[in-house]
Amino acid sequence: MTSRWINLLRKPLTAIIISVLTGFIIGAVVLTASGYDALEAYRIMFSGIAGSPKYMAQVVVNAVPIILTGLSVAFAFRTGLFNIGAEGQFVMGALTGTMIGYYLPLPPIIHPIVIFALAFLVGGLYGALAGYLKNKFGIHEVISTIMLNWIAFYFNNYIVNLPGVKVESTLHANPILDSAKINFFSTAWRRSDAGREFIREHEILGEIVKTDLGAGIFVAIIFAFLLWFVLRHTTTGFELRAVGLNRFAAEFSGVPVKKSIFLSMFIAGGVAAVGGAILVLSTTNTVSVLSAQEGYGWDGISVSLIANGNPLAVLFSGLLFAALRYGGMLIQSKTGAPTEIINIMIGSIVLAVAVAPALPRLADYLSQRRAR
Amino acid sequence: MLLTVLLTLSITLMYSAPLIFAAMGGVITQRAGVDNIGIEGMMAFGAFAGTTIGYFTGNPWIGLLASGLAGVLLALIHGLVSITLKGNQTISGIAINFIGLALGIFLTRQIFDGASQTNSVTKKIPKLFDVLGLDKRDSAALQSGDIDFTVILALLVVFLLWFILYKTTLGLRIRACGDHPAAADTLGVNVTHLRYACVMASGFLAGVGGGAMTLAVISNFTPTVISGQGFIALAAVIFGNWKPIGAALACLLFGFAQALTVLLSNSFLPSSILAMIPYALTLIVLVLFVGRAEPPRAVGQPYFKGQA
Repeated sequence: MTSRWINLLRKPLTAIIISVLTGFIIGAVVLTASGYDALEAYRIMFSGIAGSPKYMAQVVVNAVPIILTGLSVAFAFRTGLFNIGAEGQFVMGALTGTMIGYYLPLPPIIHPIVIFALAFLVGGLYGALAGYLKNKFGIHEVISTIMLNWIAFYFNNYIVNLPGVKVESTLHANPILDSAKINFFSTAWRRSDAGREFIREHEILGEIVKTDLGAGIFVAIIFAFLLWFVLRHTTTGFELRAVGLNRFAAEFSGVPVKKSIFLSMFIAGGVAAVGGAILVLSTTNTVSVLSAQEGYGWDGISVSLIANGNPLAVLFSGLLFAALRYGGMLIQSKTGAPTEIINIMIGSIVLAVAVAPALPRLADYLSQRRAR
Repeated sequence: MLLTVLLTLSITLMYSAPLIFAAMGGVITQRAGVDNIGIEGMMAFGAFAGTTIGYFTGNPWIGLLASGLAGVLLALIHGLVSITLKGNQTISGIAINFIGLALGIFLTRQIFDGASQTNSVTKKIPKLFDVLGLDKRDSAALQSGDIDFTVILALLVVFLLWFILYKTTLGLRIRACGDHPAAADTLGVNVTHLRYACVMASGFLAGVGGGAMTLAVISNFTPTVISGQGFIALAAVIFGNWKPIGAALACLLFGFAQALTVLLSNSFLPSSILAMIPYALTLIVLVLFVGRAEPPRAVGQPYFKGQA
């Protein structure tokens, strides 16, 4: 092997590509072993999505919430914290979005902006609580955020079940006002004569109009660049990363470590909560009584791990994930293979990411052998 | 009054048993220096395997054994990544959590005609007083105070683990691997083998914990039957300062919190608030007591032969 090939093993992108491939290979093995045609399943998944503008738009819509939770986890990760609490912060954001979206009438455009700000604040404080517990009592954020996830889960159910909040004889809260929605094409317009005609006349655009596509993707892109900028080009970001790399060295150099941890968890929590608010403002328009954790936070962990904690890369890994999830539904409806195959693939990808530190060592080993 | 006390006690023990198994799994692997955040996934997969085997064989004990072996299977993957390939143990654990639950549901759908939950086992793990042959029919006290036999097993495991860790040479070696693997290596301990053994034991115990949930507490596997128990068990390990008896006591406390939510279910408190109690209590307990906790020094770090 030439040294150029060996050096390729040291690149983060190589690890990512190998990881994703591993996921697909293990997925194929499981599918084949259970008697399904793996190649056919993958073909259905890719051609199904790539062949339909509606599905592609839907993948973008579905990607936005997990891009935000992915950014949340990635940001904390870069500062040395493992934010498993994105799930709970997301729930708090969705709940805040629904409450402000229904109870606080405001003009359009201003309404969603106020909601995002408040969701960021609520989710941020919820995240910062884990930072506080770590600073003050030394409780590892992995344990505290897992507990906070369940507390947020049941808090959501408590609020939704309150009389006056829940729509009677349903399991969801009062839906948000129209002024809070961020869809490009409102349901009312879609159902109006003008809307119907538009959908009839524009083949591709008409398909896209049918989805919940909205301003969420722009919010996701803005946050990705914002977090990247903060980490790379500001003093605060430098300090945060310094704490992530070596907390003791950072402390010795005069970085306020506890303040950094608190701030990092605040930002991470806020970003995840904005993801929850976007889901409500663009897709669900309300929150329901939850019977199981919805997994946006857990997906965010995988998304950020595959992006190697880089906020800009999270945009792409988030889209990949949404495509996988959506493709999983196609696989189940077309071939009958259970959609859980996607979670097995995701798990395998993450497992391969865990092995990634072995690749540079493999490169060292190979170049040493060459030198001999 | 006596009945309430007995009932509280038996419900506490019922919910504690799966946690205790899982927490002992957490103790043994972390004391050997390998973190295992994948206990939740191992419990879920164990719960699936145990229930399925228990259903088809009609024997809950074979089911419980299968639970443990299913956990070992996932633990081997975790060991391969963490010990042999020296990968990131936390990330590997996250992956195991995904794979364990997803594989459990995937196979359930394969075996039970597309349903996401297994059929109920015909025979559950017997209750203690039935094993002892007591006649419960006329005694409300015996009925309220009866416990699953898994509780007894869980308590035995705690004692056994305590004995191994603190009273045997093997235990000394395990603890050495967790605190200073290089020193252990120098003295002739095979760190790799011992760590593999402990990770596998951890998988076995986590799997049995899952099985104790679906073969004794309830009688079938559903996608949400393991929802956070693995993580609560990990919190118990920390709260118990990485000691078997401490961790078991912590599990009993969490089991008691679960019992409270059951016993208070008809009270003035809304059910959602009640359901928060175990998680909130975990946090409060950690706030109040954990300050002094100190993990094994080498936990989470792969061991490279020859490192200082």
